[in-house]
Amino acid sequence: MSDPARSPAPLPLRAPAAPRGRGPLNRLLAAGAALMLAATLASCGSADSGPVELTWYINPDNGGQTRIAQECTDEAGGEYTITTSLLPRDAASQREQLARRLAAGDRSLDIMSLDPPYIPELAEPGFLAPVPDEVADATTQDVVDGALEGATWKDELVSVPFWANTQLLWYRESVAEEAGLDMSEPVTWDQLIEAVQSTDTDLGIHGIRAESMTVWLNSLYESQGQPIIENPEAPAEETQLALESEAGAEASRIIGMIGSEGLAGPGATTQDENVAMAQFQGDRGAFMVNWPFVYTATQTSVDQGSVDPEVLEDMRWTTYPRVAEDQESAPPLGGINLGVGASSEHPDLAYAAIQCIVDPAKQAEYFISDGNPPSSTVAYDDPQVQEAFPMAPEIRESLERAVPRPQTPYYNEVSLGIQQHWTPIADVGEATPAESQEFIQSVLRGEALL
Amino acid sequence: MSRAADAAATPAPATTADPKRRGAAERGRGRQPKPPLSERARSERRLGIMLAAPAFVVMMAVTVYPILQAFYDSLFSYRLTAPDEREFIGLANYGVLFTDPVFWRDLGVTVLITVVTVAVELVLGFLLALVMHNAVRSLRGLLRTAILVPYGTITVVSAFAWFFAFDINTGFVNSWLPLVEDSFNWFGSAAPALAVIMISEIWKTTPFISLLLLSGLAQVPGELTEAARVDGGTRWEVMRRVVLPNMKAAIMVAVLFRALDAFRIFDNVFIMTNGAYGTEVLSLLAYRTSIGRLEIGMGSAISVVLFLCVIGIAVIAIRGFKVDLTSSGKGS
Repeated sequence: MSDPARSPAPLPLRAPAAPRGRGPLNRLLAAGAALMLAATLASCGSADSGPVELTWYINPDNGGQTRIAQECTDEAGGEYTITTSLLPRDAASQREQLARRLAAGDRSLDIMSLDPPYIPELAEPGFLAPVPDEVADATTQDVVDGALEGATWKDELVSVPFWANTQLLWYRESVAEEAGLDMSEPVTWDQLIEAVQSTDTDLGIHGIRAESMTVWLNSLYESQGQPIIENPEAPAEETQLALESEAGAEASRIIGMIGSEGLAGPGATTQDENVAMAQFQGDRGAFMVNWPFVYTATQTSVDQGSVDPEVLEDMRWTTYPRVAEDQESAPPLGGINLGVGASSEHPDLAYAAIQCIVDPAKQAEYFISDGNPPSSTVAYDDPQVQEAFPMAPEIRESLERAVPRPQTPYYNEVSLGIQQHWTPIADVGEATPAESQEFIQSVLRGEALL
Repeated sequence: MSRAADAAATPAPATTADPKRRGAAERGRGRQPKPPLSERARSERRLGIMLAAPAFVVMMAVTVYPILQAFYDSLFSYRLTAPDEREFIGLANYGVLFTDPVFWRDLGVTVLITVVTVAVELVLGFLLALVMHNAVRSLRGLLRTAILVPYGTITVVSAFAWFFAFDINTGFVNSWLPLVEDSFNWFGSAAPALAVIMISEIWKTTPFISLLLLSGLAQVPGELTEAARVDGGTRWEVMRRVVLPNMKAAIMVAVLFRALDAFRIFDNVFIMTNGAYGTEVLSLLAYRTSIGRLEIGMGSAISVVLFLCVIGIAVIAIRGFKVDLTSSGKGS
């Protein structure tokens, strides 16, 4: 502008513009109004024509949920269509996204695949649309106990169980024989520790600083009949943890020994479910607690030639290890429940769709295609399921005994606090339960950062 | 327009050695008798305002408003999933923050990463700049492109590449390094994990520093170095007495821009360790608190503190920059 060569330019530009006053502004406003009008018209148009479009936010799987969405769309006979939308890979990121959208009143959250531990957090502030009674009645028959417990908050069903997951103890038959373990009887963690020590092999656990650590710890507590939280429905400041207890001493002893003796291999501190599976498939594989997906995944790896077929032949399974010899174990509980967002524009249709999705036949189909076990006990009777998954009876038995992780709106804080103090597992010792309890309670009181 | 010229004229023009600035000052003085404004000047100014206003409004909306909102939110105990329990608590969030070891540890890690990476990058960047500056003309373009490749890589992608290279399950680095056992877990404890994070950061951003330093090198007058060499100065003396003092400004800009950048490090840590085992940095803490824990109040407080730290570095940058400009002007 200071360039003298350009100075005449503003004058001719200004001159014709002057009489029109705020010409450019008016034009801008008009354009904006036209745009808004067009947008409104467009949205009206789509709402009037054809069936209602429901969006189902799914966690990543092998494509089973998308297939079910298509099947239910076909069965709806033009009443609604279901479109799937993919959530992030891990449960914590899925929670982050859903919680933010629910808090902001996103109307597109018609159906959501929810990880059970985070359900109280979403149910407490009323982010989930209430489950109609007839849907609740229809979808809770013949459902395994653990899954039903995970779908409930304050004695009310707030989501619908879809599939339920649990961990089994997987082992290499050859190693168990070498160690002289009788696997037809339930085994304890101490026996497993001894077995890997005597055979110089690795014990597959999940020592990474992640949700899987809380899953493991919760099972160690619940296997001794001790819940991690005494009063899960209390407000944050009054929440009383029971990490510091006899069960805690036993849990820290087991975890600390596996960590400090290096029984889980050199990568224990960064080992998650997939890494544990890879270790199990390797030369030092022996025993591993893990979800049933490892069976289908190992089959696939063998088919693709990346894993020795002998591994699959040697692979056996039994129920989750005990802590005390004379007390049944409480295996971890996972899975997915279906919820409806409180701001959804079509909660009725969403629940109708959910009823279609959780149909036991579809759950059985989903188990076979994606390896995710049904929450419906009826689905386990399907002969195809029994053929594809020889461990189906053990899974069903585990699900009946499985105990959910602490059901509290502050689950995220509790879980992160546990992860920070119980990893790296080599540093877990006698003081860990008390330290973690103290820490988590001060976080809940808002006196410490996480 | 004329105001800007006036401003340029205020710092005693006689001491300004820089010929460009002197020119600006004289132009400013030439226009000094300014009132009354001509019709043209006024309309020009109006046009200027109209052209600048939309950008100004947008800037206010996307920067000042969120910053103020964050400060306001930081005064509350506010959790996104418990909207009814929102409560005004004054500066209590800051109280918790400044008395919490986690905050100080994260601040320490952030400062450590900033200092180490910037120092190493400066040395490496300078060497690379010298290579580019002195390379044969035909090679110069190719060299510059090659050196710039890491900087062009998306940070998340480079973070994953470095992670997979060092990870105990997928990595191959352990088999290359002579003194490292194959079973060494780089991400299992703070020191090695931070080392990998910093190496990856250095690999990625050294080109940025070297480019800035290259422009500094190009500004050193050739006749000065030539004169020094004729006077019998050794290569090292020419570097220390002539080249470095003349590119002080470029070095300052490079260091402080990179320091600002390094202080906000997020991607590498997020991908490689997600803050586990004492590798957490401030921006990750802010992210985890407000996005992960949905604690809007505390998360905002951390963001505000992070913002103040960055402002602090920026103020140092601007001050350092100014001082240096005049001193280098005197030097020449």
